Amino acid sequence: MTTHYLVLSALLFAIGGVGVLVRRNAIVVFMCVELMLNACNLAFVTFARQNGNLDGQLIAFFVMIVAAAEVVIGLAIIVTIFRTRRSASVDDVSLLKY
Amino acid sequence: MEPAEIIQHSGGAIGAAWLMIALPLVGAAVLLLGGRRTDKFGHLLGVLMAVASFVVAALSFAQLLGFAPGERRRGIELYDFIPGLAKVGLLVDPLSISFCLLITFVGSLIHIYSIGYMAHDPNRRRFFAYLNLFVAAMLLLVLADNYVALFVGWEGVGLASYLLIGFWQHKPSAATAAKKAFIVNRVGDFGLLIGIFTIFATFHTLAFSDVLGNASKASSGTLTAIGLLLLVGACGKSAQLPLQSWLLDAMEGPTPVSALIHAATMVTAGVYLIVRSGPIFEGAGTAQLVVTIVGVATLLAGAIIGTAKDDIKKALAGSTMSQIGYMVLAAGIGPVGYAFAIAHLITHGFFKADMFLGAGSVMHAMNDEVDMRKYGALRKVMPVTFVTFLIGYLAIIGFPLLSGYFTKDGIIETAMEHNAILGWLAVLGAGITGFYMSRLVFMTFFGAKRWEPTAHPHESPAVMTWPLIILSIGAIGLGAFLVLGNRFMTFLAPAVGAPEEMPSFHPFSLTGLVTLALVAIGAAFAWVKYGRAEVPAVAPRASFLTTFARRDLYGDALNEALFMRPGQWLTRLAVFFDNRGVDGLVNGLAAGIGGTSGRLRRVQTGFVRSYALSIFLGAAVLAGAWLVVGNL
Repeated sequence: MTTHYLVLSALLFAIGGVGVLVRRNAIVVFMCVELMLNACNLAFVTFARQNGNLDGQLIAFFVMIVAAAEVVIGLAIIVTIFRTRRSASVDDVSLLKY
Repeated sequence: MEPAEIIQHSGGAIGAAWLMIALPLVGAAVLLLGGRRTDKFGHLLGVLMAVASFVVAALSFAQLLGFAPGERRRGIELYDFIPGLAKVGLLVDPLSISFCLLITFVGSLIHIYSIGYMAHDPNRRRFFAYLNLFVAAMLLLVLADNYVALFVGWEGVGLASYLLIGFWQHKPSAATAAKKAFIVNRVGDFGLLIGIFTIFATFHTLAFSDVLGNASKASSGTLTAIGLLLLVGACGKSAQLPLQSWLLDAMEGPTPVSALIHAATMVTAGVYLIVRSGPIFEGAGTAQLVVTIVGVATLLAGAIIGTAKDDIKKALAGSTMSQIGYMVLAAGIGPVGYAFAIAHLITHGFFKADMFLGAGSVMHAMNDEVDMRKYGALRKVMPVTFVTFLIGYLAIIGFPLLSGYFTKDGIIETAMEHNAILGWLAVLGAGITGFYMSRLVFMTFFGAKRWEPTAHPHESPAVMTWPLIILSIGAIGLGAFLVLGNRFMTFLAPAVGAPEEMPSFHPFSLTGLVTLALVAIGAAFAWVKYGRAEVPAVAPRASFLTTFARRDLYGDALNEALFMRPGQWLTRLAVFFDNRGVDGLVNGLAAGIGGTSGRLRRVQTGFVRSYALSIFLGAAVLAGAWLVVGNL
């Protein structure tokens, strides 16, 4: 019965992974990362339901908190990059400097 | 008669024997450290220190004579260097005090002579500093009571010799000669060092008293090894075959240096070493045989070289080699020969220093010309030099009743009794001595003037002639004084032992008469060739034999072919191995790492997405692997 949820989770994760690999826009890459995180969350919650305990739900909360913190820092970096380079392409910052 | 026991001593002049070494050492230190401030009185300080050293030696000698003959070996403890292992002390005995008197007396005279000889040299102070350093080191060498301190003195005289041969180091020939002397001496020192190591390994001590007293307890094989190694050291220092090549070049140094170091004292250190280590050699017949053979070979080689040299100092240097050959021959014979070896060493110190200083006086007068073909007829303009040189000459060829007659004849007689072949070769050497020394005297003082137009010879100042006069007095009387009645042998006996039966002196023995006849023939031949006949100003083309002698018996060529060229090949091989082998390995490794990292660097593109891809792939591989392993 939980198989559908897991399949959905895998699909969402794969979409997110492909998005991270093929998109250049930092914002989109970022959103794809969030998609992967949420795919994981869905899997955790599904397993929690399947096993009948709260461990998976607990981990899902942790992931959300970490994701929120990550969004704060990540968006700040992206905004700074955009301000200096007038572009949000991840390929433009390949030199890891300036 | 066995050597006497060493008695610990303190007090009196002997107790202060260390002053003999310390005084010239202080002189050298003051002159070297004081720099130009001491220029004005440097030579006087140098002379003062040498004379003071002689006074201490003379007082010690007087005190030593006050003891009974069996109590004349006095040991003085100075310093416990390594407790229980290495005590440094002095040994004042008849042997060492004989050397001290010779070194300080002849040394003082040569110091005085140098005041005049070096008067116009801007570095005269430095010269006296080195001379003082030499005297100190030489006295340490002969006064040491163990092999380590002897070695320190041994190296010290080597250093002083190097500094003084290269004193005029602005001349490339002098700088090269100094280096050559140092390096050839290193070969000998190497032998001496290994000999000392072997002594320590065998006897577990290096003090003369313990080593020589127990020499008979070691096996004859060990003693032979030690003896031969000590002989290598002696050959280096005393310019004996096959390490003779440095002495002729050493004549590049100022003449007083040649007189003091390369005739009278330092080069005789090898004879001292052999005589001092007598009990070791007496237990090793093979080593003694080799010593006598080296002595005879060198006395002939030196004499032959002396016959062909036109450079007055080099002819004298060949003669020095030859005379030291006689001493080494005598030292190899054993207790009968020791006294004659040392007696000849002392008289030789006098007459050879006399002749070297005489040669220096001649050079001084002739604008430092050394070529005898440009001398001639100097006896009238330099009467004092001529007479003193003539006395030295008569002494060395063994003219009856002069010094060399007694001491060299003693050696020849002893050698004849020991082994007839060695004896006759020594007689032959004496004949050649008669020829080459006469040639030298005739070319220098007789015949026609062959002077350079710029030469205006004149007699040297009194400060140079007085040492000559004093030395020539020694050359006249010292031999008779030492040898007649076995005076010196009796005196030396407590230190080195003496034969059961003292040899008696026969004025008209067969050997003596043959020797005299040969010397007379040699001198007459020299008169025919160089006294009566015209001496060409340029050396004429000569036969193979003469060329052989002019080239120092091809000693240098031999060294070059045997040691220098293979050595160069070895270094070239080592350089090649270093450049191609070692450097190649290291450079190749570095280049390999550099190249690999240059290629690996390209993986780091900086594109976040490619990093992400590798993370995904890595995760996929790990997950796959886990799946496979998990399912096994």
